[in-house]
Amino acid sequence: MNKQKVIYGTVVILAVSLIAALVVALVLLSIGASPLETYKTILLGPLSDLFGMTEVLVRAVPLLLVGLGIAISFRSGIINIGAEGQIQMGVLASTAVALALPGLPKLYLLPMALMAGALAGAIWGGIAGWLRARLQVNEILSTVMLNYIAGQIYTFLLRGPMLDPAEREMGSGTPQSMRLPDHVILDYIVPGTRLHTGLILALVMALLVWILLWKTTLGYRMRAAGAGAKAARYAGIPVERYLIVAMLFAGGFAGLAGAVEVTGVHHRAIEGISSGYGFAGIVVALFGMLHPAGIIPSAAFFGVLLIGADMTQRSAGVPANMVLVLQGVIILSIVSAQSFLRNPYAQERLLRWFQNLLPAALRTKKGGQ
Amino acid sequence: MAAHEPISELRLEGITKRFPGVLACDGISLQVKRGEVLALVGENGAGKTTLMNIIMGLYRPDSGTISVNGEPVHFKAPGDAYARGIGMVHQHFMLVPNMTVAENLALGLKELHRFLRLDIKGAAKRIREISERYELPVNPDAYIWQLSVGEQQRVELVKTLCLGARLLILDEPTSALTPQETDDLIVRLQRMASELAIIFISHKLNEVKTLSDRVSILRHGAVVFNGHTVNHEPAELAALMTGHEVSLPHNEGSGLQGETLLNIKDLCVRGDRGNLVLDHLNLELRAGEILGMAGVSGNGQREFADALAGLRPVESGQMLFQNRDLANKTPREIIESGMGYVPEDRQTEGIVPSFSVKDNLILKDFATDQFSRMSFLRHKAIDANASELRVQFDVRCPSTSTATGSLSGGNIQKVILAREISRSPKALVAVYPTRGIDMGAQEFIHSQLLDRRRQGVGIILISEELEEVMNLSDRIAVIYKGRILKILSAVEATRERLGILMAGLEDSEQPPPSPAAATGGTHE
Amino acid sequence: MHPVEMIYNVLCLAVPFSVAILLAALGENFNQRAGIFNLGCDGIMCVGAFLGFMVPYSIKAGALLPYGNVLGVLAAMTGGALLGLLFALVTVTFRASQGIAGIGLQMLGWGLSGTLFRHFVGGVTGVEGIHVYAIPGLSHLPFLGGVLFSHTPLAYLAFLMVPISWFLLYKTPWGLKVRAVGTHPRAADTMGINVDLTRYQALMLGGAMAGMAGSYLALCQAKMFSDDLVAGRGFIAVALVYFGRWSPLGIMGGALLFSIAQSFQLSMQVWGIKFPYEFAVMLPYVLVIVVLALARKARQLGPTDLGKPYNREMRF
Repeated sequence: MNKQKVIYGTVVILAVSLIAALVVALVLLSIGASPLETYKTILLGPLSDLFGMTEVLVRAVPLLLVGLGIAISFRSGIINIGAEGQIQMGVLASTAVALALPGLPKLYLLPMALMAGALAGAIWGGIAGWLRARLQVNEILSTVMLNYIAGQIYTFLLRGPMLDPAEREMGSGTPQSMRLPDHVILDYIVPGTRLHTGLILALVMALLVWILLWKTTLGYRMRAAGAGAKAARYAGIPVERYLIVAMLFAGGFAGLAGAVEVTGVHHRAIEGISSGYGFAGIVVALFGMLHPAGIIPSAAFFGVLLIGADMTQRSAGVPANMVLVLQGVIILSIVSAQSFLRNPYAQERLLRWFQNLLPAALRTKKGGQ
Repeated sequence: MAAHEPISELRLEGITKRFPGVLACDGISLQVKRGEVLALVGENGAGKTTLMNIIMGLYRPDSGTISVNGEPVHFKAPGDAYARGIGMVHQHFMLVPNMTVAENLALGLKELHRFLRLDIKGAAKRIREISERYELPVNPDAYIWQLSVGEQQRVELVKTLCLGARLLILDEPTSALTPQETDDLIVRLQRMASELAIIFISHKLNEVKTLSDRVSILRHGAVVFNGHTVNHEPAELAALMTGHEVSLPHNEGSGLQGETLLNIKDLCVRGDRGNLVLDHLNLELRAGEILGMAGVSGNGQREFADALAGLRPVESGQMLFQNRDLANKTPREIIESGMGYVPEDRQTEGIVPSFSVKDNLILKDFATDQFSRMSFLRHKAIDANASELRVQFDVRCPSTSTATGSLSGGNIQKVILAREISRSPKALVAVYPTRGIDMGAQEFIHSQLLDRRRQGVGIILISEELEEVMNLSDRIAVIYKGRILKILSAVEATRERLGILMAGLEDSEQPPPSPAAATGGTHE
Repeated sequence: MHPVEMIYNVLCLAVPFSVAILLAALGENFNQRAGIFNLGCDGIMCVGAFLGFMVPYSIKAGALLPYGNVLGVLAAMTGGALLGLLFALVTVTFRASQGIAGIGLQMLGWGLSGTLFRHFVGGVTGVEGIHVYAIPGLSHLPFLGGVLFSHTPLAYLAFLMVPISWFLLYKTPWGLKVRAVGTHPRAADTMGINVDLTRYQALMLGGAMAGMAGSYLALCQAKMFSDDLVAGRGFIAVALVYFGRWSPLGIMGGALLFSIAQSFQLSMQVWGIKFPYEFAVMLPYVLVIVVLALARKARQLGPTDLGKPYNREMRF
């Protein structure tokens, strides 16, 4: 990795975090909460005991998976906002497979359920990819629409065909599926907590993504299509095809995240299972500079934020929606900063501005090759 | 509207302008007086357009002063220049296509903006007045997209005059005009010259001779000559324009041409606007020769190169490469059959700017056995390849991991050339390969091309620089409105003959071809 | 049920349903005509809905009481304009990627409205809202009276905005600038037009209208506020602009098409036709995708420079 890029990137992240913190502080003040207290709760609260820390990691797992998928798509030149819907599709598929084949041993059933989830997410993402590649439909609009459509399909299935028979009898009206058979559940790593082997799966996936993007020819094609579509075409790379492939990956990762949430945390399909991971994943990916090495700590950081936000809701009465505000501000700041830093004219002007600040004696000949 | 005081003198002193990686203007000083026509001459990349854009307030100079009638002026925005009476007709027209002529003018005439009502009728009236006065017929109610290139240029002229220009700058005004339209324009400009000051940019020396009183020559961003046109012949000006200090490599013409590599028959290709930009084009390329393609840009060169690369659909005709028809094959197939391509826009078509040098060097070959094994990239091989090519092609970069987009234009072109040549193609298409590149890199690129020629590669060299084409080619084909007008051997091709052919005129007793319907010109 | 009566019911429902997306889309049309697409429209509508609800809700008594709703709408428009200003800062001055920035704005608006609501109000509360104002005389016309003249004042305003938008875009100097800036910003620049300023103005106008659209949802349609009140209508509005080929009349047609589809599925529930509720709700979103897929060729007619940031210093 280029040292200069890393420095630029880190500067961006730091500046962005500062701006976001300031803006959110303003909002907090307006609702009468103390920014300092709130930040303390959010950042330190989750880390105060073992359970808290494992909860952070539990949240980080789907964030990491979704973030990885989105990083793949962004780097390939296609923007995936549909992770929410893709997660839900993954949940449905993995639950359906797990419930349909209870007879199979864990060795087969668990991977099958996970793969079913990934496949369902991939197909859902692939639809948007195909629409973009063949019909030039803006992928942001199509994935957002697919989110809403997936939401409706999800509710329909959970209230209807996939509703827990026990629920139907007792009629308490909670839309949820039957509980998954015990052997389809991901093992717990730390007893007494909810931390499950999905964490290991996610970390392995991060490594695989790194290998895919930078070590394989497929990854090379995708990155070229995203970073220079014109040149890629001139070099014989069928850019449209790889847009679809990128969306298949992105959707697949989100679907896998859904499957992991079902088999690892909730053990059944319930409402609200995606709970904003789809959108948070976008921020996680951007914050992590679209690189697995950055996305891992970024996911952990956002895990802290999410748990912390829950805590502040309970303790200080600051609504958990606050996190959305934070995410929105971060996105706006990141894209502003990135665009500025990527612009060679802006960079050059900034450099010359710095040079003019230095006394003439210290000025060295720089800039303008 | 406030009548602008006539501009008796415009003076530039020491104007310098840098873009990332290139020095566009280097301490330029010029002047032009009322009633005078100054021609600004230079090759592509010499800095002419940049200089004019600085005068118009589109770019801000890094240093230097501009003064009108003796007072220094600082233009912060194009509106300032117009307010001072300076107007420009750009090479790429500044007209909004889906609005009418009157609406386009109304954009600039602030006094027509009466809060909520737009006085389009007033604009139309003004247009008719100026149109009559200067004999430039223009229909105020026509939509821009309906007009031909020549008509659009007239609109631009009328527009600048309506906005009160007392000094007119024209950037390559005849580059996309037919011979008749060119003559028309020159006559009109001669008439206007008496009341205004005119600067016009051109590299067509005959026009410079006809129209201008004085001429300034730019080379690589600096003024190398200032003089009165009447005292100098076009040949002399041409020599000053290109300079002869560094003698560029010359094709010795060993005459060892081999078999026919590429046989293009009756190629028909449609342009972006649906018109036929290649109209039954016929061409043959032989192994071991450089076939230069000369022509004013906008006559189908770009579409020709794109069709050869598989990036543009071919409507009819054949492109036989070693007896295999390449028409409408995918870019991948064409690349694999042994065709190389050095594209026109190196920053966006030749390289992925954010990729490292070593990654760009394998942009076409990353999937071959040399650089990958079972879908995994072989980084050692990629690095070794990059190190070798860097030395061989003298690519100046901090390391092969540097982002290619940050290199200078000449070095980017070397990377592209290194990639294409190291693949040992049988044929190579190079489109404007030395546009905007410094002499040193030019020399290197030219010697590389000549090297390949000696090795038996067939090269099609598409260029606007007659000097380059004449220096390097064995044969020169002149393209005009999508057809090859004539092919001359290197011996026969003189500047005069080529100039005539490029303007669409046959240079023998044959009658001139009838002007075809307007083709895609270089305008927006 | 008599078919005419069925059509009457559908149309009576369709018109008020179309108001929110019509207003938001007309606003977004100004944005896009100027060359910027604002996907944060949905977030601005959320904020507008919240403000439109919050202002009359907070005015419990006093001299301002009768003006509560009007103030609410005005507050919504102001809030929308401010968010439009923020978006302009990000996309015009900082030249950020418009798509992702739009999503960021959407999250910001959605989160902000939800946070403030939960803190200041919480729970499920309603407001009196704006009532239907039947135009005297005209509303008694058979058929048309119910369909066209028995709606809330905001609805009348929304449909009035169609000819007003058209006039603004095609007959005023400002509209000329907007259209030039979105199609050929460099040409506009050379003519002395401030490209950035024009875009700022368009984005603020678009934001104000999106805010108004949100306040409509809160005050006229639902008469309450909740997190999922807007439910993606902002995105539908953005898609409508493409569908309507950037013309106010086309946009109105598109808005009516969507709302008729929506009211049709609602009416089917009433008529007892068995149709899974969720599939019916899905319909507008599916329709958007279909519409986008079919609208490919429209590009040349509209702002051809849409989505590209303008940099005067860039070489061209």
